Amino acid sequence: MLTYIARRLAGSIPIILGITMISFAIIHLVPGKPTSAESALNPKVSLQVRERIEKLYGLDKPIHVQYLEWTRRLLKLDFGRSFSDGRPVIEKITERLPVTVGINVLSMFFIFIVAIPLGVKSARSSGSWFDTSATFFVFLFFAAPTFWVALLLMQLFCITLGWLPISGITSLDFEYFTFSQKVIDIVRHLALPVFVSCITGLAAVSRYMRTSMREALQQPYIYTARAKGLPERTVLYKHAFRNAILPIITILGLSIPGLIGGSVIFESIFALPGIGRLFYEAVMMRDYPLIMAEVVLGALLTMAGNLIADIGYAYVDPRIRYAKKVS
Amino acid sequence: MNKLLLVGIAIIGFLSAAAILAPFISPYEPSLIDSASLLMPPSYAHPLGTDGLGRDLLSRIIYGARISLGIGIIAVGISLCIGVIAGSVAGYFGGLADSIIMRSADIMLCFPTFFLILATVAVLEPSIINIMVIIGLTSWMGIARLIRSEILSLREREFIQAAKAIGASHYGIICRHLLPNALGPVFVNATLGIAGAILLESALSFLGLGVQPPVPSWGNILIESKATLGVAWWITLFPGLAIFVTILGFNFIAEGLRKHWGYNA
Amino acid sequence: MFLSFVEKTKLPVFVVVFLFFAGSEGIAEDRGDAFVVGSISDARTLLPIIASDSASQDVCSMIFNGLVKYDKNLDLVGDLAQSWEVKEGGLVLVFHLRRNVSWQDGRPFTAKDVEFTYRQLINPSVRTPYSGDFERIKTLEALDDYTIRVTYKELFAPALSSWGMFIIPKHILEKQDLNSSTFQRKPVGTGPYVFKKWKSQNYIELLSSNTYFEKVPFISRYITRVIPDESTMFLELETEGLDAAGISALQYKRQTDTDFFKKKYYKFRLPSFSYLYLGYNLERGLFKDRRVREALNYAVNKQELIDMVLLGYGSIANGPFVPQSWAYDAQFPPAAFNQAKARSLLNDAGWKDDNFDGILEKDAVSFEFSILTNQGNEERIKAAQIIQKRLKEVGVRVKIKVVEWSVFLTEIINKRDFDAVLLGWSLSRDPDNFDIWHSSKIKPGEFNFIGYRNKEVDELLVQARKTFDQEKRKNCYFKINKLIYRDQPCMFLYVADNLFVVHKRFRNIEPGPSGIWHNFIYWWVPNVEQKYRSKSAIVP
Repeated sequence: MLTYIARRLAGSIPIILGITMISFAIIHLVPGKPTSAESALNPKVSLQVRERIEKLYGLDKPIHVQYLEWTRRLLKLDFGRSFSDGRPVIEKITERLPVTVGINVLSMFFIFIVAIPLGVKSARSSGSWFDTSATFFVFLFFAAPTFWVALLLMQLFCITLGWLPISGITSLDFEYFTFSQKVIDIVRHLALPVFVSCITGLAAVSRYMRTSMREALQQPYIYTARAKGLPERTVLYKHAFRNAILPIITILGLSIPGLIGGSVIFESIFALPGIGRLFYEAVMMRDYPLIMAEVVLGALLTMAGNLIADIGYAYVDPRIRYAKKVS
Repeated sequence: MNKLLLVGIAIIGFLSAAAILAPFISPYEPSLIDSASLLMPPSYAHPLGTDGLGRDLLSRIIYGARISLGIGIIAVGISLCIGVIAGSVAGYFGGLADSIIMRSADIMLCFPTFFLILATVAVLEPSIINIMVIIGLTSWMGIARLIRSEILSLREREFIQAAKAIGASHYGIICRHLLPNALGPVFVNATLGIAGAILLESALSFLGLGVQPPVPSWGNILIESKATLGVAWWITLFPGLAIFVTILGFNFIAEGLRKHWGYNA
Repeated sequence: MFLSFVEKTKLPVFVVVFLFFAGSEGIAEDRGDAFVVGSISDARTLLPIIASDSASQDVCSMIFNGLVKYDKNLDLVGDLAQSWEVKEGGLVLVFHLRRNVSWQDGRPFTAKDVEFTYRQLINPSVRTPYSGDFERIKTLEALDDYTIRVTYKELFAPALSSWGMFIIPKHILEKQDLNSSTFQRKPVGTGPYVFKKWKSQNYIELLSSNTYFEKVPFISRYITRVIPDESTMFLELETEGLDAAGISALQYKRQTDTDFFKKKYYKFRLPSFSYLYLGYNLERGLFKDRRVREALNYAVNKQELIDMVLLGYGSIANGPFVPQSWAYDAQFPPAAFNQAKARSLLNDAGWKDDNFDGILEKDAVSFEFSILTNQGNEERIKAAQIIQKRLKEVGVRVKIKVVEWSVFLTEIINKRDFDAVLLGWSLSRDPDNFDIWHSSKIKPGEFNFIGYRNKEVDELLVQARKTFDQEKRKNCYFKINKLIYRDQPCMFLYVADNLFVVHKRFRNIEPGPSGIWHNFIYWWVPNVEQKYRSKSAIVP
């Protein structure tokens, strides 16, 4: 197993290099050049500033030279400085990471906690009243526009009931709070965003769980297990579950890179300082160093996610023997 | 045929018929601007109300079905084809084929979708057909991984060994024995993927990369509705419902098909 | 000129207030509390000579001062300059600086800082977008610590107002690279508020300075919260989470008539210093004929645009100046909506519907063109669709293309690859608009990208910026307005109003032609109504 992991890790280095090369080419070839995101023209703000930027950041050099310089800096873990404000890219990303990762980890945790039992129960009582309404609601939440769900819940919990704050991650008098008040303050601010991202994310996991669980339950070994008189719990969670969990592991692997992802609309609605808006603005302003840093980060996490999934398969299903097959 | 399948086909058939017959059944021109009826709630004249430019929402949703259903079905169709073929080849043959296919899927996954789309639109013009193809081409990786993992697990099962022993061809084994057993995730992926594609189109329209105004799609009606949500709930509710009914319909078809085939098998 | 500079760019000039303000209440003016303002976007940098976006400028205006500023009535008054002299017919400006001003770190403010600021503005390696006005300076010398003498190469009317540019501290920035300086996130100024904390995409907090030369502000904290979504912004207002915020026309019209809102907030409606227009690419054959451009102008109903897009909160633009400017000719009537006239003008120009498809043709080519506008601006996209509908009625087929801003600017505007663009100009307080209309400004990256050429207008533009006499300048601008409107190089659409609300616990708000922010440091909240903890910056 260890040699397998080592080989996979070594194998991903050229892939990541390839990705950076292609991404670098794409962002430089896509129409549009680095600009400020202001969408009003003010004749007193000269457009020529862009030419200065191009010189300052060496954008006038041939693209392969720029790429080599970028990789050279990357090897020293220097992601460069953002075009928009001259700050180190790594600093801009790290100040946004806690919020994004925090919310994503929490909501992923809750999604799996809720969706797996939901899927199992639906599968077991397939066609029942419970199954039908679960189907109905997870699809309803999935199809409902995030911004709408968010605003409705804000209206309910923040205005009508007055229980929760509307947006942001802390109160304005946060620094005057005691430690426990601070914790409560953050929990109150994060409750709605985490809840909204959970309910909209329930559909995928619970549906995959339900489908593969149903398939597993129709296998002969389940009849055998039941015939042996094993308790239903054991049958469900020991026999069927282990065989049904493959797609869930795939989904888990696929959602690892999502840990640093964020939706622009979601973050805007809750006024959260997350990665989604940062990346969106970087792309809109063609802030090359920032875009590249995010691509590298995303690629690393995707690789990690895939690796985790592949190892996961072998772990839950011994019939999948990786190390042997790959060699 | 079972009830689920029938209901599903009825729903999708109804929506598709509405889309195809849009010019005959929609009460107004979808881009007919009417300054006298801005943001009117549902009424007899406008059963689903009007939007911020006084356009009839029902007509826009009917016309929007052409684009949104089209995008949903075609994009998901493309991604399913690529994903299923890639996933089953990778899972069944393993070795080099597996490495090549899954590494390229990994590479595709590493690029943010948004980014791939930006690049493709830069090369191709943002037309409706292009958007369908682009969404399809950039969303097959998940399904490929799902299929592959199912097949990896299935191919070691006894019935596959048996098929091999009696000399069945690879093609036969994949299509007749492996795929039908791996279809569950495919169907789930397809149902969710259709809604995903419809919503992705709205994000693209918002960025100026999707269908251009005044052409309506469910996605861009939704995006536009955000600004008026405080006073006009209907502009958000109805396109949202349309998307919901669509995935529900496809879900019924998928469930129904599985039952149908399940009984025959 | 740099007016957008000195003032809060998001809420400029002229006030139409619906509520009456109780005058001075005559009681003690209490200190304390916080003022929390909502902003759609985060500031980019707090180094004022680099900051080009309004969010950054708004915050900078609380921390920094210029040599001059606009007062309540939009007259230029001294800020860091106590007084000034205009010499040699306007070629030379001599500023006498205040002597009691110190930087927020305790160091005295002197003429050296002004000189330093100027050097940075004209330094090609500094990413400032404001070099234009300062490149017209021949020499700038500090005669002593408190006197600055500026000599211009030639007469330049907007010179004085350009000194509204915020002054930055030499002793801190001298040895730094401004483009990457940490000062951008940790500014030190001379103004009423001291920088405290900046949480990206979250909030910026400033504390009142107890050494501000004019007076210590009553309100002790000034907080800008970033709330990118306007619906959320409105919900925050409904829970009193914000003390001031811009709101949409729809919210203004339909959602603020509640008892709660009337009790808690003042509503303001102030015309903006910007206008929306449809600019034609005058190099394209389609728009070469003036009759065609006039016809298009007659074919579009501007009032309808205002009613539908702005819900009535705006006024019809009658040329390149806005109503709050002294250069605006209130007597000059914009063309009335008249589609019959439009049709006959198009006919005269040779456009006829020969194949009866509803679209006009000339030499077997149909009259169609595309309107380009930028993504992210719903108002413009709506306006484009209404224009499309109106033009179709007179037989012109319009396609709409919405493009990302970066692509729009670098691929379309700079390369002039468009038929027509739907865009807005945001103007400075000084009416000089040489850069937009002069025929020498057609090169890539310059602002006359529609390619307008008119010798008469060129001469008048030069004439207007070469005199300090406002009456003479006004005369020139009135003529310019007539000439440009007659030529119709673009279709002037509307001037939108800025709509916003301010919480009623703030006293002493004095609306004037320049808006409400001119006396912000005199605003106060009675002790009993104060809502936030207060704290003052301790300045050495």
